[in-house]
Amino acid sequence: MMVENLSPPLLEARQVAKHFGGVKALRDVSLSIRQGEVYGLIGPNGAGKTTLFNCLTGLYVPDGGSFIFAGSPLAADAPHEAAARGIARTFQNIRLFGNMTALENVMVGRHLRTRAGVFGAIFRDPKTRAEEAAIQRRAEELLHYVGIADRAWDLANNLSYGDQRRLEIARALATEPKLLCLDEPAAGMNATETAELRRLIEGIRQDGTTVLLIEHDVKLVMGLCDRVAVLDYGEKICEDVPAAVQRDQRVIEAYLGGGHLA
Amino acid sequence: METFLQQIINGLVQGSIYALVALGYTMVYGIMGLINFAHGEVVMIGTLVAITVIGGLMAAGVPAVVAGGTGVLAAVVVCMAIGWWLERVAYRPLRHAPRLTPLITAIGMSIVLQNVAMIVWGRNYRTFPSLIRSESFEVAGASFTTVQVMIVSVSTLMMAGLLLLIYRTKLGMAMRATAQNPQVASLMGVNIDRVIAAAFVVGSALGAVAGVMVGSYYEIAHYQMGSMLGLKAFTAAVLGGIGNIAGAVAGGVLLGIIEALGAGYIGDLTHGFLGSHYQDIFAFIVLIGVLMFRPSGLFGEKTGDRA
Amino acid sequence: MKWMNSRSAAGIALVAVALVALPFVAAMGGQAWVRIVDFAILYVFLALGLNIVVGLAGLLDLGYVAFYAVGAYVYALLASPHFGLHLPFWAIVPMGAATACVFGVLLGTPTLKLRGDYLAIVTLGFGEIIRIFLNNLNAPVNITNGAQGITLIDPVAIGGFKFSGTTQILGISLSGPQKYYFLLVALAIVVILINLRLQHSRIGRAWQAIREDEVAAKAIGINTRNIKLLAFAMGASFGGVAGGIFSAMQGFVSPESFSLVESISILSMVVLGGMGHIPGVILGAVLLTVLPELLRYGVGPVQQALFGKVLVDPESLRMLIFGLALVLVMRWRPAGLWPSSERRRELAEKT
Ligand SMILES: Nc1ncnc2c1ncn2[C@@H]1O[C@H](COP(=O)(O)OP(=O)(O)OP(=O)(O)O)[C@@H](O)[C@H]1O
Ligand SMILES: [Mg+2]
Repeated sequence: MMVENLSPPLLEARQVAKHFGGVKALRDVSLSIRQGEVYGLIGPNGAGKTTLFNCLTGLYVPDGGSFIFAGSPLAADAPHEAAARGIARTFQNIRLFGNMTALENVMVGRHLRTRAGVFGAIFRDPKTRAEEAAIQRRAEELLHYVGIADRAWDLANNLSYGDQRRLEIARALATEPKLLCLDEPAAGMNATETAELRRLIEGIRQDGTTVLLIEHDVKLVMGLCDRVAVLDYGEKICEDVPAAVQRDQRVIEAYLGGGHLA
Repeated sequence: METFLQQIINGLVQGSIYALVALGYTMVYGIMGLINFAHGEVVMIGTLVAITVIGGLMAAGVPAVVAGGTGVLAAVVVCMAIGWWLERVAYRPLRHAPRLTPLITAIGMSIVLQNVAMIVWGRNYRTFPSLIRSESFEVAGASFTTVQVMIVSVSTLMMAGLLLLIYRTKLGMAMRATAQNPQVASLMGVNIDRVIAAAFVVGSALGAVAGVMVGSYYEIAHYQMGSMLGLKAFTAAVLGGIGNIAGAVAGGVLLGIIEALGAGYIGDLTHGFLGSHYQDIFAFIVLIGVLMFRPSGLFGEKTGDRA
Repeated sequence: MKWMNSRSAAGIALVAVALVALPFVAAMGGQAWVRIVDFAILYVFLALGLNIVVGLAGLLDLGYVAFYAVGAYVYALLASPHFGLHLPFWAIVPMGAATACVFGVLLGTPTLKLRGDYLAIVTLGFGEIIRIFLNNLNAPVNITNGAQGITLIDPVAIGGFKFSGTTQILGISLSGPQKYYFLLVALAIVVILINLRLQHSRIGRAWQAIREDEVAAKAIGINTRNIKLLAFAMGASFGGVAGGIFSAMQGFVSPESFSLVESISILSMVVLGGMGHIPGVILGAVLLTVLPELLRYGVGPVQQALFGKVLVDPESLRMLIFGLALVLVMRWRPAGLWPSSERRRELAEKT
């Protein structure tokens, strides 16, 4: 624990606020995620977790506050720049490129880290061909890494639910993220699949990628995360190691009081 | 100043016709997300049916009022039937097809309707029988005719009727529910098929009335008149925010006025470089301008992608 | 590319022989048929250009004909007595492509953040604006010669070789349209290759990703605006080149050739054939060019034979059948006549 506390923050959210009409989805949320940790974000339905992801990845423009990533502020409203800086994500309601193969989905993920333009595409010069081969090789490795190498040539639409979730992770990893944001990756998975997912996330952490994890599966969160923050009605009500969070009175109230159980 | 007022009046008349046609586009789009390209042709057929019926009856010595009423009724009935048939035969089988498929069907249908009209009514311009002796009034230096007054008041009535239908009847409620979320609406017991068919039928009825008004305003009609009219009306619907009823009306009136003012002043504005034959480009330039700043039209909801 | 096996080699040889023989077979029905075949190939070219925008990037462009018009007029103005300029073909066509490309970017920049159907109507409006300008830019300064159009446009000539008039080559007599045929086939093959290569490239995948899910494409770092603009610009350039060839081949251009109906037919070719699938798009273009012509020649005589007289105006009957064909194909083959096998599979599983 001591060692981890010393590592510098990779991401800092400073009083991020977002509202939709009257709904205050985020109320001045501040948090800081350290390099190399798995940081859990939990909270009842509608607490604002996904909204935080959307602000962080530039899909929504926050109404207040800012994000500092790897030492400098993130531009609002520029998703592709957030990705370029090293933030990758998956979506709660899976968003794959449905009519493309699993392999192609991951290959698109390499877009950011490759160069070839129209000229290269048309003339297929040796440099482009080498790059293209490297893209494919890397994509195959990633499919293997998440355990769906045998589905490479299937359309993303035709994969099983669990495989689609894993494909989304592979696609996100293809962008070489420093911070991987997973929005309920275990949703809809059975126990075996969840166990495999847990191993996958542990592996990702071991490879040096920081993970920000939204998850309703309490066992998974408590088992995986170094620290956990709890959102309720857009407010961060608690941030601590999992064991402490589980005992926190406000957290228990948030889950019980609102009538929703995790 | 006089021309200004005059152009506003002309624009208002033209605009209320656009608005009626635009409602047909916007209702169908709001409920099923389809651009019914054939709607302009439905309007055209409405005009031609009215011409035939009114002309025939008046030739037989029927009084103008009766002939006119029957003509409008006939146009409305024929157009409603066509609208219903279009939905039933062309679009319903394609509800789950890829997005562009129904668009091509709509284009095909508009070619079909146009050429059926040409076979039935021929290639030549048809004159619209004059029903009432149009008189001119003059107010503050601007003049307007009985026909113009009738067009504006009839469209206003029709729009009021539509609003009543949408906000005060069960069918209207079902329509609004379907537009919000078809799945949920159907779970709540809304018969989606009926709602969609109703949108087509009601839209076509409004189109038929608009068709009769265009005919009596310009006093001629032609099997190709539907395309440009449809295009402008669709532009009006988009301008107002497609899917939005009030937006279609506002967009239509606005477009009519902008066009009239544009045509009236473009010569002065460009020192004679561009003449009034550029009238048709205003619609599109305004459209592009508005969408640049309000990507969902003037009154459209901001539909941020929910990620 | 893997080594071809002997069967596909034989297939390619067969296609090549058919392509060479086609203009001579068509000539048996008269030079008019050779011209129809020429147009079919020109439309293949255009449809493949639009396929980049609509099929790959998923941007519904209803004003594609504007770029075709720009290319055609650039050629017409620079190679006709209208301004007394007679620049060579190889010099103008790239200019036409570049001008069309600039127009593509001009249209794209303000509009690409619009949602699909809004983009459709804006592109449609843009096409109309271009046509109206072409129609009216004859006063006060005569630039386009208005509705009369521009005549006496130079035919294509490369070096000393003219593509108009009849020439003897190796003892074979080739008519103007037949020479254009070979030029067009050569260009079409280039366009097909470019399309194929783009589709399986970094840029092509980015286009498809945007088509499939724009939000997800942004989130993995694709600069969707730039990549969409690129699609627009590429498609526009193809349109520009096709326009230049059209101008030269016809010797005459007028705004009438660039109406909304034209945009719509090109779009129909793409969708009817099988969006995003190159063989499908080619099929769509050929069918939609040749079918109306067949009907043009067939509808009158068939009525004559059946009823002893022409009952219905052949022109409208022809268009009527054409419209019905569009509706029926979409009804029974919603993904187009020849969709890619992946799409076919997907549709089959949905139903
Ligand atoms: N695009 C949007 N437009 C309007 N309201 C929104 C939008 N996105 C989110 N909200 C609202 O913001 C609040 C927070 O939603 P959010 O999706 O962030 O919750 P969450 O914590 O991810 O919940 P869940 O566990 O159900 O995924 C909710 O009330 C939601 O309805
Ligand atoms: Mg969520």
